[in-house]
Amino acid sequence: MSELTSLTLKAALEGLRAKQFSSVEITRALIAAVEAARPLNAFVLETPEKALEMAAASDARIASGDAGALEGAPLGIKDLFCTEGVRSTAASKILGNFIPEYESTVTANLFGDGAVMLGKLNLDEFAMGSSNETSAFGNVINPWKSASGGNRALTPGGSSGGSAAAVAADLCLGATATDTGGSIRQPAAFTGTVGIKPTYGRCSRWGIVAFASSLDQAGPIAKTVEDAAILLTSMAGHDPKDSTSLDVETPDWAPFVGKSVKGLRIGVPKEYRVDGMPAEIEKLWQDGIDWLKEAGAEIVEVSLPHTKYALPAYYIVAPAEASSNLARYDGMRYGLRAEGGNLTEIYENTRAEGFGQEVKRRILIGTYVLSAGYYDAYYLKAQKVRRRIADDFDQAWQTCDALLTPTAPSAAFALGERNADPIAMYLNDVFTVTTNLAGLPSISVPAGLDSGGLPLGLQVIGRALDEGTVFSVAGALEKAAGFRAKAERWW
Amino acid sequence: MTETFTLKGRTGDWEIVLGLEVHAQVASNSKLFSGAAVGFGAGPNEQVSLVDAAMPGMLPVLNKYCVEQAVRTGLGLKAQINLKSRFDRKNYFYPDLPQGYQISQFEFPIVGEGEVIVDRIDGTSFTVRIERLHLEQDAGKSIHDLDPKATYVDLNRSGTALMEIVSKPDMRSPEDAAAYVKKLRAILITLGTCDGDMEKGNLRADVNVSVCRPGDYEKFRETGSFSHLGTRCEIKNVNSYRFIQQAIQYEARRQIEILEDGGKVDQETRLYDPTKNETRSMRSKEEAHDYRYFPDPDLLPLVLDPAWVKAIEAGLPELPDAKKARLMSAYGLSAYDASVLTSDGDVAAFFEEAAKGRDAKLVANWTLNDLLGRLGKDGLEITASPISAADIGALVGLIEDGTISGKIARTVFEHMWDGEGAPAAIVEKHGLVQITDTGAIETAVDALIAANPDKPAAVKDKPQAIGWFVGQVMKETGGKANPAAVNEILKAKLGL
Repeated sequence: MSELTSLTLKAALEGLRAKQFSSVEITRALIAAVEAARPLNAFVLETPEKALEMAAASDARIASGDAGALEGAPLGIKDLFCTEGVRSTAASKILGNFIPEYESTVTANLFGDGAVMLGKLNLDEFAMGSSNETSAFGNVINPWKSASGGNRALTPGGSSGGSAAAVAADLCLGATATDTGGSIRQPAAFTGTVGIKPTYGRCSRWGIVAFASSLDQAGPIAKTVEDAAILLTSMAGHDPKDSTSLDVETPDWAPFVGKSVKGLRIGVPKEYRVDGMPAEIEKLWQDGIDWLKEAGAEIVEVSLPHTKYALPAYYIVAPAEASSNLARYDGMRYGLRAEGGNLTEIYENTRAEGFGQEVKRRILIGTYVLSAGYYDAYYLKAQKVRRRIADDFDQAWQTCDALLTPTAPSAAFALGERNADPIAMYLNDVFTVTTNLAGLPSISVPAGLDSGGLPLGLQVIGRALDEGTVFSVAGALEKAAGFRAKAERWW
Repeated sequence: MTETFTLKGRTGDWEIVLGLEVHAQVASNSKLFSGAAVGFGAGPNEQVSLVDAAMPGMLPVLNKYCVEQAVRTGLGLKAQINLKSRFDRKNYFYPDLPQGYQISQFEFPIVGEGEVIVDRIDGTSFTVRIERLHLEQDAGKSIHDLDPKATYVDLNRSGTALMEIVSKPDMRSPEDAAAYVKKLRAILITLGTCDGDMEKGNLRADVNVSVCRPGDYEKFRETGSFSHLGTRCEIKNVNSYRFIQQAIQYEARRQIEILEDGGKVDQETRLYDPTKNETRSMRSKEEAHDYRYFPDPDLLPLVLDPAWVKAIEAGLPELPDAKKARLMSAYGLSAYDASVLTSDGDVAAFFEEAAKGRDAKLVANWTLNDLLGRLGKDGLEITASPISAADIGALVGLIEDGTISGKIARTVFEHMWDGEGAPAAIVEKHGLVQITDTGAIETAVDALIAANPDKPAAVKDKPQAIGWFVGQVMKETGGKANPAAVNEILKAKLGL
């Protein structure tokens, strides 16, 4: 059975269609893997019965020739997606045992194509965090361990830490994730998986618990670039229920993977060479440049001069929107409700008990930057920076077709290591937030290992709506890197 | 121009300055950002969608119909239509506000400056400048009196589309403020963008009141500087013409007393209590919320196609001002009559129906004085009138062709009100046809002179005394004699 769990999505879909094995079989194998991997804490809710039910229905459709694009493929769903009849928590106490009466558009798209849900995946509370340590369900543990770090438990990254860990540990064929400032790409880089954040507006936000509406985008975490392309093709699409959803055609992205990058101009932004970046990451970046050059791409140096302002701008815009988006968790209609002598006390007690420390910190920051007298200096200025960052990219597209950067400034770090200093934690997002601010597609591809044997990722950024080129470049990197390493099973 | 409204104080005269924020519920079957139904009388929380209840992950989608109504209203107020506007979030916590924010338009409203011309009862008129109109969501309803220990929340109204119409501080008396709301209501009803039902709260006003000394307001208008005006208080949610006026009266007096006692008026939000006829503080400026407005990231900027706006403009109905002008020129009505008739589109329509082929001035009199008076007494709208427009027209027709006198017409009107049918039938049934047969009148006059031999001489000395003869003849004929014929015959017989 273990061969089934280690299949890529693409291989599994082929095996299912060829009736080499049934969906129920692969689902059973993955349910067993999930149960065995509980020490990783990747799932906050396992739904084996629902999975087997869905798998049986998939097998029936395969038998009758009605198979969808993802028919019978078991996936993990980040617990930020509302799933009909299945507890959805955003990894927060404040949602309690909230069971939605509706299915998010993205999961509905996946299930409509025949995907099977294994359960709900752990994350940072309300997707706020870069280490999965802010989850009310406790942190996820990265399946990877550093050869030089003793036996220390490492973070899988965040906020989509459960998604990344589950894919890396072969607990599912792929997973949904969301990315507000790097929450798909950084965990992918930390776990040797592939994660893409598409162009803002490609995936509907309807039914996804909102963190920062103008930055949030759903995307997949997968074992290969091609798997990511297959999943994103199913997840994306115009949704009239989301006013920011783009009314554009969704291409079939899988064929872009493997397409030659010959003649493509790849930009290398000089501002991404930050102080204190480990030499190993510098080297990996250079490897990436060399690989693409060898594959026939042209390398050009570009400048994104406002990059250094991106992180501060992001940590104003995102908390500002979050402070408002999270106002609805007030104990009045669903979720946790704490007692209190009057209305104000009920509000205060509910939100004090229901939200974790990081969420509270961001609500406070967001409330502050929107306050009378501070709005112009913080929020408005951050919006101006955001415009400049988008302009920087527009300028870069004059001379290149895609950009190549590292995904994160380090490999996975130890749990607890950066908890004391929120700023150090926020620095994880330094290479990823820019594309959220500009709404551009960007992917993380595993490209090598550090000296401790931990995976490192490279990021490819493309023009708005040009996921096709992003997948082609990512495919070329994947092929050249020949990344085959897997976390050694210790759980 | 009428005299400036002043209030006498111990230290001299005071004037008042009023600006209104009118909330008009958009006449729409569904809410501003959700597909949920809008309607009065549904059970609690029966008209609530997932979006209205602010379930996690739910998103607003703008209702195009509501946008169209706002544009129509803007055009009806002769206002600037902003082709680009934006929705912002106004953040505050309250149980009847499920999202924890109200989606409104703060910085860039859909409609900019316009104006409303308002007629006073004395025939003068004044202009109220409109500052802006914006679209926003209504909140739900908190019900505090069902349980001593709990508050219930009904979210049916939550998310319903409102147009907030903000005037400049251009009203100077309680009557003017009420007249402005009345006119605004007539425009909205004519446009069909709001049903104007004040009892149900579908049209309600926040009234900003301040007081100043004579001359200060003129300085304000000259310079545009609010420093010339007093500190204002905002009285929230007043929903009748009478309450608007009472609240202003009370509030102005309250402010004057504070100022005359050497105090300072605090800028605050107040509530009008009609049972006690007083305003009470809701929250002071210090307690005022910091609403933390910012652009709603769930919604794109609202961009209107100029051609779409043009098409809406082309489809506008005749507005009260235009209708008034037309009634004056086409029917020869006075400005006052035309203004009263057009203050309610249904009344104007009734009049025009009744006036077809009749003496329009007479029809206007019968509509305004007799019918509206009678309807008002019974608290009925003209649409519920027991007398049809055609029958008012027919009644005037009977007066015009001399079948009945104006006096008899009043009797006929009473029978019509009682539902006895068409006026001609009533006249016949009750034998109310006017006596125009000169022979019959002459006989009556002769008999009268014979019975009162001394009277003719007295009339010669004092011609006004002919009235006595007229009265007697009318009495003899049961009021049915044609008054003109009676006069003529009397004059001939009495040698006047």
